[in-house]
Amino acid sequence: MHLVYPAVLSALLFCTGLYGVLARRNAILVLMSVELMLNAVNLNLVAFDVWLSRTAVETLHSGQALTLFTIAIAAAEIGIGLAIVLAVYRNRGTSDIDRLRDAAEGPDDDSDPGRDSDAAATARAAEKAEATP
Amino acid sequence: MTTTTLAVLVPLLPFLGAAAGLLLGRTAPGFVRPLAILPTLAALVLAVLVAADQGGGRAIDASTELTPTGSVPVDLALHIDGFAALVAVLVAVVAACVQIYSTGYLRDDPRYPSYAALVSLFTSAMLLVVYSGDLMVLLVGWEVMGICSYFLVGHYWETPEARAASLKAFLVTKLGDVPFLIGLFALATDAGSFRITEILGAVASGGLDHPTLIALLLLAGVAGKSAQFPLHTWLPDAMAGPTPVSALIHAATMVAAGVYFTARLLPVFEASAAAMTVLAVMAAVTMAGSALAALAQDDVKRVLAYSTIGQLGYMTGALAVGDRGAAVFHLLSHGAFKALLFLAAGAVIHAAGTNSLAAMSRTGNLRDRVPDAYWTMTVALLALAAIPPFSGFFSKESVLGAAEHTATGHTAHAPGAAGWIVLVAGLITAVLTAAYATRLWLLAFRGRGADAPSHGRQPLTMTTVLWVLAVPSLALGGLTFRVLPDWFGGGSLAPALTTSVLGTGLALAGGIVTYGAWRHTTALAARTPMGAVAAHHEADAGLVEAEAIATHRPAYGDIAYAPDPADPGRLLLGPLHRHAAVGFHLDAVYAALFVRPVLAAAGLVRFLDREVVETYVRAAGALPRLLGAAVRRAQTGNVQTYVSALLAGAVVLTVAVVLVATGA
Repeated sequence: MHLVYPAVLSALLFCTGLYGVLARRNAILVLMSVELMLNAVNLNLVAFDVWLSRTAVETLHSGQALTLFTIAIAAAEIGIGLAIVLAVYRNRGTSDIDRLRDAAEGPDDDSDPGRDSDAAATARAAEKAEATP
Repeated sequence: MTTTTLAVLVPLLPFLGAAAGLLLGRTAPGFVRPLAILPTLAALVLAVLVAADQGGGRAIDASTELTPTGSVPVDLALHIDGFAALVAVLVAVVAACVQIYSTGYLRDDPRYPSYAALVSLFTSAMLLVVYSGDLMVLLVGWEVMGICSYFLVGHYWETPEARAASLKAFLVTKLGDVPFLIGLFALATDAGSFRITEILGAVASGGLDHPTLIALLLLAGVAGKSAQFPLHTWLPDAMAGPTPVSALIHAATMVAAGVYFTARLLPVFEASAAAMTVLAVMAAVTMAGSALAALAQDDVKRVLAYSTIGQLGYMTGALAVGDRGAAVFHLLSHGAFKALLFLAAGAVIHAAGTNSLAAMSRTGNLRDRVPDAYWTMTVALLALAAIPPFSGFFSKESVLGAAEHTATGHTAHAPGAAGWIVLVAGLITAVLTAAYATRLWLLAFRGRGADAPSHGRQPLTMTTVLWVLAVPSLALGGLTFRVLPDWFGGGSLAPALTTSVLGTGLALAGGIVTYGAWRHTTALAARTPMGAVAAHHEADAGLVEAEAIATHRPAYGDIAYAPDPADPGRLLLGPLHRHAAVGFHLDAVYAALFVRPVLAAAGLVRFLDREVVETYVRAAGALPRLLGAAVRRAQTGNVQTYVSALLAGAVVLTVAVVLVATGA
């Protein structure tokens, strides 16, 4: 099988994942998109490993070994990620990442007034207050 | 015990008393009074013993070197000659009287423990100055007195007058002390030693290279401490302190230190005719000016303060004509009667509830309220006016006699011009002194009007002390003028006929003229009522005095002046009265020359700090704040935005790498 097929497939997978990460609102879908990107990389690693093993006599199949690592790490990552999403959902009643903006600079800073309405600000403050205990 | 041990104990005992008083004052209030009085009394007994041992014979010298200095050595040295022995007795007597008097005067004062300890420290510093045979050790006592006067004058620091006066006293005397210190160094460099004996030896063998410079530098310090003409302005203001402090400062310590120092090192000054002339002019201006100012003051204590300046002028005048025996004689008798005057004035102020002569002259019956103060103050004022046979007569005549002696060219120690200056100024001052003494007596004790409020007899501690001091005021001069030349090793101190007749005649004339003026003006007194009377009559004397000082300015508009047409001083001085009341505007001149430039410079520094330096500091803060505000706009909290930016950056970098790699 020619190398171009798995390479194109992995590029498509990666772009789909990237689109999902950038465009999706739901945190779970974002995590799934991240998985897509990781698997695109895995596919690339396996494909190139096979392609390289044809030319070289002695090989350690490091691409395949690295894939196993990536799979293990991805499993851990998705476990932790889903746990976080679950905890956030329980706390906030939502997993919409557009509404999870606690790390933003608040409106009380003089630098960027008017970015959000006052109502949104108070709502966020209320969310924060809920989150603290 | 040897005489040296006794002499060491004399300054040491009050010092230990002061240390113990400061340490125990809060924890053991019962010990405060014994700790204040007993060391001073013990020092008095020891000083008398030292004087008896010394007996006017050879000077006692003892020294020990604490540590090598590398260059001019500094020794802990004693040098007790007749001057030192007698002045120490005077200091101890006055200090003991003041301590005893203070127990009555400040009996309800909450700050009495620290006050008594500071008075003890003050006494010990003065005794150190008196006994010290090393100029550096003398300087220690000299400066300790400066700081003690600051604390004691500012005893009533609640009143703005006392705060200002204590600062002024400290700064003005320090202004003289800086040249004084330089002068001491120059003197030690020339003579090769700080020891008084060795310096006098060097002077005798002509070893001084710059006698005029040294003498003038030292004179600055003497003028500051002894309140002589250009630097005297702190003394009248120092009246804001409690009366016993005034008595101590004016009679025995502080102001006497300058005269005593000059008397000790007189040969150094005599080595320069210019310095002696400067000293004579200084003395003459001080005497005449202060006597005129005293005639116009309204505050009893300010009258006495100016009279102190004038009497110190007599002493420096005697030094200027090269007769230190006369100077120290006058120092002794003046110490006795001036301490008495102040302590009696304290009792009078307490009884009258005011320190204003104008108000006292409208209070009848004051002399029956304080009979002890009345009689003793009469004695002291007669001594001040130099009426025979009171002690002031003999000492003042010895000064005038010495001046006449020099003026007629009988002595080689001082220029004849200095003699004439001192003689003329001394005679003028004799008239004025008698005039203001009479005015003070008439206004204070011959007032007419409502009776002074009665608050029982004065405490026994206060009245006894007055009578103790009245004895030397009355008899010290007459009894000792034959004996003292043996102690001082100088010429006779007996009054000469010419100057005695002249001086006494002028004094009598001054007194009679003032009496006439008073008879003329006293009728006016009833027509212009005035009064500045302290609110709490029955209170502690110290509190009454503090209130009296505080109410003087609101009542009369000035601390030294009262618009009283019944004042004989106003009639006698005529148009000069207004200027004399404010000390001939010297304070205003100093304010224009020194205070305002310094304030302007301070304003400039403030402007530079606020407007220039602060701008840089503010800019250093504002720039990072602006940058931070710009960067903060990127922090939206939306993770997807961050990832988008990351992707865009990665794409740009990749494209750049590809372009560079392909060489495009």
